[in-house]
Amino acid sequence: MSDNNHQWPIWEVFIQPKNGSAHEHAGSVHAPDGEMALLNARDVYGRRLEGVNMWVVPATAIVASTPEDVGPFFDPANDKMYRWPNYFKTPEGIKQIS
Amino acid sequence: MHFVNRNLANPKQTSNIGMETTLSVEELNKREAEFDAKIAGGKTIEPKDWMPERYRKQLLRMMSQHAHSEVVGMLPEGNWITRAPSLARKAVLLAKVQDEAGHGLYIYSAAETLGMDRSEMIDQLLSGKAKYSSIFNYPTLSWADIGAIGWLVDGAAIVNQTVLAKCSYGPYSRAMLRICKEENFHNKQGYQIMAYLMRGTKEQRDMAQDAMNRFWWPALMMFGPSDTNSPNSADLMKWKVKLNSNDDLRQRFIDRTVPQAEAIGLRIPDDKLKWNESTRHYEFGEINWAEFNQVISGNGPCNKLRMKQRTDAHNNGAWVREAAAAYSAKKAASKK
Repeated sequence: MSDNNHQWPIWEVFIQPKNGSAHEHAGSVHAPDGEMALLNARDVYGRRLEGVNMWVVPATAIVASTPEDVGPFFDPANDKMYRWPNYFKTPEGIKQIS
Repeated sequence: MHFVNRNLANPKQTSNIGMETTLSVEELNKREAEFDAKIAGGKTIEPKDWMPERYRKQLLRMMSQHAHSEVVGMLPEGNWITRAPSLARKAVLLAKVQDEAGHGLYIYSAAETLGMDRSEMIDQLLSGKAKYSSIFNYPTLSWADIGAIGWLVDGAAIVNQTVLAKCSYGPYSRAMLRICKEENFHNKQGYQIMAYLMRGTKEQRDMAQDAMNRFWWPALMMFGPSDTNSPNSADLMKWKVKLNSNDDLRQRFIDRTVPQAEAIGLRIPDDKLKWNESTRHYEFGEINWAEFNQVISGNGPCNKLRMKQRTDAHNNGAWVREAAAAYSAKKAASKK
């Protein structure tokens, strides 16, 4: 096997499906730099007009929460039900506030 | 094994890999129970979630085999790109083969989230340690074979992949969704090739029938051994990596394909094939499992050729990888 078998870094690929929508994760590619990552991502994830914009991000730059922490990480929302509009009762006879 | 340094899906960061030895038995049982409950509840498993080591290993085996199949699958079809009967057919076939490369990359990318580097998977393919679908060890002798592959081989793959799109491992399931959308084009272009040939001269119809005769049984073998003889099935079904048995999917493929063959006047090369009105399924003849076993153990018509072609392609691509690395290094240096 040739000695250039080492893998280039992984880049995560995000596509904006259409104008006005948010970018979504599509998958990943290997590439030596961002420019080539974008070209590879176009060939791999953009063969059928999948979107209008593409981001590539070094996978190592993404910091993610861990599944084990899902409780403590998202829990504070649990005892603040007043953050949801249906916590508030609307006086009778009022059809719509917002 | 080299692990990919990957924050988004980095198994090194989690307690998953290599931790089973350090977890207490109680903790291990607790996690396994939680894992089982998640699967039973129809939730997907994501890369950083705890998973049993056997689940990870089986998935890696399946996904890398699947990715290799997409990549090796380019070879029999690539054989006809330069000889496609028209420019339009050539453009379609090129796009189809390019899709197969893309499909391989989607699945390698998904498999890497389980902690194995793509280069290691490719090494396993080139060294013969990893398998790929037996179907690609058959030769493509005529243009009609390109039709038969798109229609029958991709048709069988769609039946498999539609189910895999609902499997329990998130990245695999998402890769399958993407692939399924694209496979329908492959399937239709293959059927169109066959339909055109069947409307042609006697030679063209004979060519289509000959391709049908050679690809029908190997396509049925793609679903793998019968359930009574499928060593990994029980675990995979329990974990919802597989949702249907090999035999069920094979039956589904036959039921949907026979009417398509009849519609264009192709004969199914199986004397025992007949519609059973009470089961609402086709009955079919015995599959030659001895042949299947020969092909998967390396003695099919083209096993050695495929491995040689794949190894050559890898080595012949070395200069591209070197050039890209050199370009990137030069650009980085000029920025300083």
